[in-house]
Amino acid sequence: MTVKPFEQVVDEHGPAVLRVCRAVVGPVDAEDAWSETFLSALRAYPDLPDDADVGAWLVTIAHRKAIDITRARARRAVPVHEVPDRPSTRGRPEDWDGDLWTALAQLPDKQRAVVAYHYVAGLPYKDIATITGGSTDAARRAAADGMKTLRATYQQGAKP
Amino acid sequence: MTHNPFDSLPEVDEPTTRRLHARLVSTATQEGLLDIAYRTLDSPVGPLLLATTTTGLIRVAFERQDHNATLTSLATLISPRVLHAPAKLDPVARQLDEYFAGTRHHFDLPLDFRLSKGFRRAVLTHLPAIHYGTTESYAQVATAAGSPKAVRAVGSACATNPLPLIVPCHRVVRSDGSYGQYAGGETAKHTLLTLEATQAKTQQH
Repeated sequence: MTVKPFEQVVDEHGPAVLRVCRAVVGPVDAEDAWSETFLSALRAYPDLPDDADVGAWLVTIAHRKAIDITRARARRAVPVHEVPDRPSTRGRPEDWDGDLWTALAQLPDKQRAVVAYHYVAGLPYKDIATITGGSTDAARRAAADGMKTLRATYQQGAKP
Repeated sequence: MTHNPFDSLPEVDEPTTRRLHARLVSTATQEGLLDIAYRTLDSPVGPLLLATTTTGLIRVAFERQDHNATLTSLATLISPRVLHAPAKLDPVARQLDEYFAGTRHHFDLPLDFRLSKGFRRAVLTHLPAIHYGTTESYAQVATAAGSPKAVRAVGSACATNPLPLIVPCHRVVRSDGSYGQYAGGETAKHTLLTLEATQAKTQQH
């Protein structure tokens, strides 16, 4: 019986989890979500069963962290008089695709999560249903609806 | 309609990944979750893997001992909470650099001997008493460790030394004066003993 050093888990799954976090909570909060996910994972790692799917396990943790972050953000949100027409898409080059996040942000939370876990993390709908709750079919439908909206809004944004 | 809007995104974002890794090391340390920190160090005897626990240095491995396999074994035997955290090994790297430069003749580092038990551990505890630039035979070490007949056991204690270089098993040679085997290879043993002999001589004059 051998155990993988946690460094190898970070190396193999870190970039994919970052993509998932950016898709689910957006570029601003993604690094906090990633950090909290991997810190929790490190804490629980010695007790992870040998046959566990590490990728799905990490997405499960990231999902809980994303919910915490979204709630915290809602609590600290301050109403503004004028909503800007369009959020800035400028920023540091590593800050992800602003247009894509703008389109993702318009999706209901559940749809955005399901789209990210399937299209970014590559998880099957059966696993996604376990993470988000609900049935496999419901997860599949939410992803289809989310992608339909996303393709319409994001394509529009991409080709003005 | 097969277009996936996520396809255009890069698979790996290097600068962010590095920054997040550093942040993980730092928060894991604060929370007491970093059980084993490691780094590699280039040396005249090839790349060395250095690993430390919160107690002290636990493992030094030569390249021929397979660094990945060594880390897997540490994860299995000690704790899987293993991260690449070079800064935690700065003092070790510095003392090894000084040793290879010939300016350091003994190491002053906290050590974690958990990987070695019983007679093997008794042998390793004796080894630092063999002075820089000198050697002892396997038989002499067996006597010093309290079991004059355990010459072979001394050989296996040296072969499985988890802390080569720091615990100087390279100073144990055959009774006929030939080098004998070494975890880092016979060439590495030759390099180390030549370095030490040269430095010790220079100091005498």
